[in-house]
Amino acid sequence: MSNDSLRETFFAECEELVEHLTEGLDALASGEWDSETIHAIFRAVHSIKGASGAFGYSDLVTFTHAYETVLDLIRSDALDITPEILRLITRASDALAVLVDTTRQEGAASLDPVRDLIAELDSTAKAVSADAPPEPDFVFAPVTLLPIEVPGDADDTPAGADAAADAGLVISFKPLASFYVNGHEPQRFLGALAELGDLSVRCDSQSVPPLDAFDFDGAYLTWHLRLLGVADADAVNDIFAFAAGLCDLEIRPVGAGEDLTDWSVAPPAAEPDTPADTLPGPDISPAVTPSPNVSAAPVPAASPAPATEKSPPAPRGANKAANPIQTTLRVDPERVDRLINSVGELIINHAVISQKLESCGVGNDSEIMAALDDYRYLAREIQEGVMSIRAQPVKTLFQRMGRVVREAADATGKPVNFISEGETTEIDKTILERLADPLTHMLRNSVDHGLESAEKRRAAGKPELGKVRLTAAHRSGNVVIEVADDGAGLDRERILAKALDKGLVLPDAKLTEAEIDNLLFAPGFSTADSITNLSGRGVGMDVVKTTIASLGGKVGISSVHGQGSTFTISLPLTLAVLDGMVIGVGEETMVLPLASVVETVRPNRSDIHEIGSGERVLSVRGAYVPVVDLAKTFGMHSAGSLKRDRSYVLLDAGGASIAVAVDSIQDQRQVVIKSLEGNYGAVNGIAAATILGDGKIALIIDSEALVELVSPRRKNRPLIELEA
Amino acid sequence: MTDDDTTDRGNIIEFVSLSAGGQGFCVEITSIREIRRWSQVTALPFSEDSVLGVMNLRGAVIPIVDLAGRLGLGTTEIGSRNIVVVVAIGSRIMGLLVDSVSEILSVNSETIRPNPTLRRDGGTSHVTGLLPVEDVMLRVLDLSALFANEGEEAA
Amino acid sequence: MTEKTILAIDDSRTIRQLVSQTLVDAGFDVTTAVDGEDGVSTFQNTRFDAVITDINMPKLDGFGVIAAIRGGEANRKVPILVLTTENSNDFKEKARNLGATGWIVKPFEDRQLVDILKLVTGAEKG
Repeated sequence: MSNDSLRETFFAECEELVEHLTEGLDALASGEWDSETIHAIFRAVHSIKGASGAFGYSDLVTFTHAYETVLDLIRSDALDITPEILRLITRASDALAVLVDTTRQEGAASLDPVRDLIAELDSTAKAVSADAPPEPDFVFAPVTLLPIEVPGDADDTPAGADAAADAGLVISFKPLASFYVNGHEPQRFLGALAELGDLSVRCDSQSVPPLDAFDFDGAYLTWHLRLLGVADADAVNDIFAFAAGLCDLEIRPVGAGEDLTDWSVAPPAAEPDTPADTLPGPDISPAVTPSPNVSAAPVPAASPAPATEKSPPAPRGANKAANPIQTTLRVDPERVDRLINSVGELIINHAVISQKLESCGVGNDSEIMAALDDYRYLAREIQEGVMSIRAQPVKTLFQRMGRVVREAADATGKPVNFISEGETTEIDKTILERLADPLTHMLRNSVDHGLESAEKRRAAGKPELGKVRLTAAHRSGNVVIEVADDGAGLDRERILAKALDKGLVLPDAKLTEAEIDNLLFAPGFSTADSITNLSGRGVGMDVVKTTIASLGGKVGISSVHGQGSTFTISLPLTLAVLDGMVIGVGEETMVLPLASVVETVRPNRSDIHEIGSGERVLSVRGAYVPVVDLAKTFGMHSAGSLKRDRSYVLLDAGGASIAVAVDSIQDQRQVVIKSLEGNYGAVNGIAAATILGDGKIALIIDSEALVELVSPRRKNRPLIELEA
Repeated sequence: MTDDDTTDRGNIIEFVSLSAGGQGFCVEITSIREIRRWSQVTALPFSEDSVLGVMNLRGAVIPIVDLAGRLGLGTTEIGSRNIVVVVAIGSRIMGLLVDSVSEILSVNSETIRPNPTLRRDGGTSHVTGLLPVEDVMLRVLDLSALFANEGEEAA
Repeated sequence: MTEKTILAIDDSRTIRQLVSQTLVDAGFDVTTAVDGEDGVSTFQNTRFDAVITDINMPKLDGFGVIAAIRGGEANRKVPILVLTTENSNDFKEKARNLGATGWIVKPFEDRQLVDILKLVTGAEKG
């Protein structure tokens, strides 16, 4: 069995269960719930506990056990859902989600951060059940109470058997009717006993009534057993543990000098323990017919009857395959990636055919072109379908973010109402996974820096309860995620002062409000003195911006004084294709990611200024932006002279702007991303490659890396000059 | 492709013989995927001189390397007569630009002579043996050794 | 030998997969059901050699499953094993009174589960 796939199932299930748990708790908080809500909450935690044990995640088991105990008390109405209790179980749910997450990523989770919580859960449970008799401790180690001791291999004789070679037990075993009702069969017990030692069996059927008085559900047989080589009655008692109360059992040691071969004569008897519907007629041999003086061990082996007397199982194929609730399909993501790749080829292939036909002079209104249009339409449809396999709703991420906000609210002591919208919005799984960190940072920021304290809010005539809103929506081929707070808005004076202090802007710079706001994303802006224990952690908004950019997205900010701030993240739907601007560089064609393109300009010659030898800046609306000659940077032949009128593409990446000099701008289109790393390796300044309509390869420029590549030369340049 | 194979007694190994930089080489046929005519490549920035660029091989982006350049035998003059040998080295696929490809040779591994320069010059360790064929001598190329650190260099 | 047929009822997908992989590897024919209701209706349509059931499940819990099978018509003497994290004597008592054949506490060991199933179904020991 593949443990990895099982583990995957486990964590996927945990994620769902945490989701159910969160939903249940939300329902509790909103007051719209019934007893099933409580049961569902309990079951979610209980199921995580059960499955965690199977994988040996003892910390998860410990935590869920404490959690479950409290939930169980709520379930049985022993504990009322007061606001305190609701807070406690909500915090426990948040902690559980983190524990599961950590366990998934690191293979284990420490209980240290939740010790207090566990203690609180325990004391809450104890306070209620103080009078109740103590439950047996939950034992984590695989403990099995068996109806029948499971014997080991044949030679696996119990310890002490040698010492007990002369010893023996005499056992009398009379199943009651309930024994059979509970699905037990005497042979199984006899078989288990036979594994302990040398067993002789005699069946006393004297009390079997005549057939006309025979009750098919009755119990008439008594088994007299002699088990030699076993002195310890405990082992026998263990075997009968689960049949306790279902049979009369007497065990005594073999007396000294007792004649073990002397069975009192009794005729063999039929046993009535076969299922009623298949009970054989009176002339059919009994399943087990121990003769006097015959050792019948192991009994079940001598009994082919159970296997043959059963009707053949009904066909079950259909039943087995169709699992009524299983609505999801688990697919290896690599397969989906391959499919995405192939569909990308299909689209490129369409472009190739179409270009070739055009070059052969086939008109756009021809039939073949119309057919080709259908081809394109179908290919796009397949592409969308395949992409949607990778897409997942943001719901889980948003729920996690809800926990982040609650944590932040707890830590800062600010009351916060977290609102999430658009949870069903779908986005590529990889993008989704990589959004967690930037969103966490942004939300903490919103609570910590965005929202005012309750006192300040009161003074400003606002409700004390601050709002943080997280929304997702599809907007024109992109996913737009917004983090909004109704706090005081950005303190632009402070931001500017700090930027000045850090040398990020020149003292006499005149900045627009938007430019000041954008300073938040400048590298080096959020440093030590702005780090609180909450939103600090060494990550600044520049890292947020870089992460979003690496996903092909953009982040922006808008803020209204006294009313709050909104951060807007715009992301592509998938990482497999990229919106690009196709440009000519020397003899090559390259692609710039549209996400980092601010605008294209064809400046007057007077807007280009030479600085020393070779360096140039482009003046754009009063700011000087360094010019990067792509052909030169990448060491390629430039098609034309530098003096010639060229196009410039303003790129904004990594907190800086550059003007990229290109020989031509061809068009904007979606390109399929092809990795260079599989067969070659990473190339500085190049993100990947794509295949153009003519089958040629075009390199896709990594805007961040490009800025990085050319930046050392202008290390000390004040940042704001670069803001276009 | 390495010593293990060539020392096996009486093994028949199939090689493809080719010429690059004016010297005759042979490469074990199992590492060769296909042989193509040269077509225009897309140059890669910051690559070493022997890396000519990348080519589209049915949707995969594969680097094309001038074998002569890689071997330190100068630069192959590029023209339409050149041949690209597409090889698999580990999990990587790449194209080798060569002057020509001549034939497939089935040889007994015992006929491969050890490369006597191996011990003195680590730089030629990618030539694992010498194979006399009629009146010429072919160098048995170990591509894995030749491109052992390609991935890191490119990064 | 005809494969012994097992019905495994558990609302946890992980446990269902775990149990069914373990038992299928051991040569059993396993059918799973996702809750008590599903389990009982599956049981009524097919003949099984043994039933493994969880206790805490939506719709119908494990006790309900035992009661339904023992109180039903077909194959009501089938061995029923309870597979659960619950380890309290009250629970066990209740399950036994309803007619459970045995009790296995999660987490279980593969080998244990297989051996027990072989015992109660009378399958060959392996």
